[in-house]
Amino acid sequence: MVNSILPLELQEVVVSKRGRRIVGPVTYTLAGAGTTIVIGPNGSGKTTLLRMMHGLERTSEGRLSWAQAFKEASQRQSFVFQSPIIMRRSVLDNLAYPLTLAGKSRKEANEAAARWAAKVGLGSRLQQSASRLSGGEKQKLALARALIREPEVLFLDEPCANLDGKATRVIEGVLQDAKSNGTRLVMSTHDMGQARRLADDVIFMLGGQIHECAPVQDFFNSPATPETEQFLRGDIVE
Amino acid sequence: MKHLVLSAVFSICSAVPILAEDLRLAVTTSFHNSGLADVLLPEIAKDTGLNVQLLVVGTGQAIHLGEAGDVDAILVHSQKAEEAFVDGGFGRHRREIMYNDFVFIGPVEDPAGVGNAESAAESLSSIKANQALFVSRGDESGTHKKERALWQLAGFDLEQFGDWYRAVGAGMGATLNAAAGMGAYAMSDRASWLNFGNKEGLALLFSGDPLLFNQYAYLPVNPERHSHVNAEGAQKLEEWLVSEEAEALIDGYQINGEQLFTFNATR
Amino acid sequence: MGEILEGLKAAFLLLVTLDSDLVEITLRSLQVTLSALVISSLIALPFGAWLAIRRFRHRRLAIAVLNALMGIPPVVVGLFVYLLLSRSGPFGVLGLLYTPSAMIIAQVIIITPLIASIAHQSLRELWAEYHDLLISLNTTRHQRIKTLVWDGRRALLTASLAGFGRAIGEVGAIMIVGGNIDHATRVLTTAIALETSKGDFSLALGLGFVLIGLAISVNVAIHWLTRTEREGRW
Repeated sequence: MVNSILPLELQEVVVSKRGRRIVGPVTYTLAGAGTTIVIGPNGSGKTTLLRMMHGLERTSEGRLSWAQAFKEASQRQSFVFQSPIIMRRSVLDNLAYPLTLAGKSRKEANEAAARWAAKVGLGSRLQQSASRLSGGEKQKLALARALIREPEVLFLDEPCANLDGKATRVIEGVLQDAKSNGTRLVMSTHDMGQARRLADDVIFMLGGQIHECAPVQDFFNSPATPETEQFLRGDIVE
Repeated sequence: MKHLVLSAVFSICSAVPILAEDLRLAVTTSFHNSGLADVLLPEIAKDTGLNVQLLVVGTGQAIHLGEAGDVDAILVHSQKAEEAFVDGGFGRHRREIMYNDFVFIGPVEDPAGVGNAESAAESLSSIKANQALFVSRGDESGTHKKERALWQLAGFDLEQFGDWYRAVGAGMGATLNAAAGMGAYAMSDRASWLNFGNKEGLALLFSGDPLLFNQYAYLPVNPERHSHVNAEGAQKLEEWLVSEEAEALIDGYQINGEQLFTFNATR
Repeated sequence: MGEILEGLKAAFLLLVTLDSDLVEITLRSLQVTLSALVISSLIALPFGAWLAIRRFRHRRLAIAVLNALMGIPPVVVGLFVYLLLSRSGPFGVLGLLYTPSAMIIAQVIIITPLIASIAHQSLRELWAEYHDLLISLNTTRHQRIKTLVWDGRRALLTASLAGFGRAIGEVGAIMIVGGNIDHATRVLTTAIALETSKGDFSLALGLGFVLIGLAISVNVAIHWLTRTEREGRW
């Protein structure tokens, strides 16, 4: 086993855009195994937090560090976006793309692509152009593509936000498989049910900061702050 | 895609070598429009083995090409510019070959009465007096220079002309097209006029004044100035141009039964 | 109206008799323009992609310059290339003036900015779409350009075809650097200019129709080729 890229450590990290602070200061350590679910009201900075951890947002203050060099760490993590980014290629070529980037042979990449397509129920549509898939199929494709390099950490930004129950079930199944294979999952959601189903622990974002961070049972059963309690009750919190 | 790349590379490579028997000759538009070249070039190729590549340009540009060494010889008709070319060391010498003549063209109705004139100067005077539209080449070509000289000889100052005098800044054919379009007068070399296809509404109104004769001369580019020029070929071409065979072909060239050029080279 | 009919007749006669001069200058037109097109595309498409993904200090200025270069009159390019390739110019020793190579060089200069600019505009949209994914996948700059050029190839084809259209119909520059020499550098457009100057409008128009037909056939052929390449809908 190669050395883990975890823990990811955030120390007083701030993300600002055009002089406005979006997230931070945040101090947090991502370590161990399992699934962390990020919840919080709209505009609380969930997406930015995930993107910043993954390296998609520049940090304006503080320190973000992986246990391995940045380049090494980047190659062993993936991201699934809320609205899937689908390349103008066939389903097969979409899935094979990350592997060909990594220098895998065409044959090897295609075999893996076919395997992953089958896992997310797209096995019969390999040659179709991916733009013609439905929304749920596109997200399944994006998830499979994110997992095809077997990342150590997978970030997901509300992957099921626009999906029906059927597609959501498939995706959750794939995520549970990935977790049991050792992938560390960090996922934001609006769906409290999904949070209860998947989470090992929960981050509650409020006003760009990590308001509370707790194991899933504690978080839902005994919220530590009045804001958390209000949020779980369904009140509007700001 | 590969094929395209290969063909691109091929075309670049294949275009580079210049065959030894090629000779580049800059000639004036008026000479080329006469059609004489089509008669002479095949004979030149047969007799001397020279493949003469014609660059058809105005006199001004022809002389510039000679000065830059981009051609091996020039065949033009503007004595002053030619003499300056030789004096500047760009040409080895100037050899007179033949002459043709200029004619005045105008609308068939001839509102200015140019057809009744006795001389070139009188023709121009009547055009000016009537303020009839006149199209000038306006491109510093040999023909343009000649036309300006004629206005001056007739005692007029071009600067004073009103908007009936239109300089189009174009070649002979384009100028004749413009004259046809406007129903204007113009001066043309006889050859360009005879070969011109769009004569509608235009007619040859005046010719024959010795002032209108137009001398062509051959000037090989000086190899001391441009060592790469094909001086040997230029010499061969010159010898052929003054030969008896050339004389017979030039004097015998006719369009609609009219002789265009008169050979007058001294051997 | 009569002259247009004459022109159509002339074009028809030239075509059915496969006039040998017409075949020669048509092939030369194609040779020069396709060569210029391939060279320009090899430069302009990756450059357009590079410009789309790269953020640098004077990027806006570079794009403005590129767009301005599109508007340079071909005659100016021709004059510029002439001065470079003239025996008295810096590259005179190559002896390229008045050869098809000189015409190719001029056309490359004319159409490269055009292709690069159109390529840049369409790839900028694609890049906006792919940006997060390609950053997330930790791609190198080279991989990004390759991906954009490949996935954007339909739009890039359009860019190249625009370049082809401009090059095949260009006359000012290639007249100056090619010289319109019979059997050496005469192409369709310069032949048309010549026939017009001779007042032979029907032949000029006939050649014009041949030129239009050629441009249409090449466009249709290329579209047809890419259609058969894959039945996909990209």
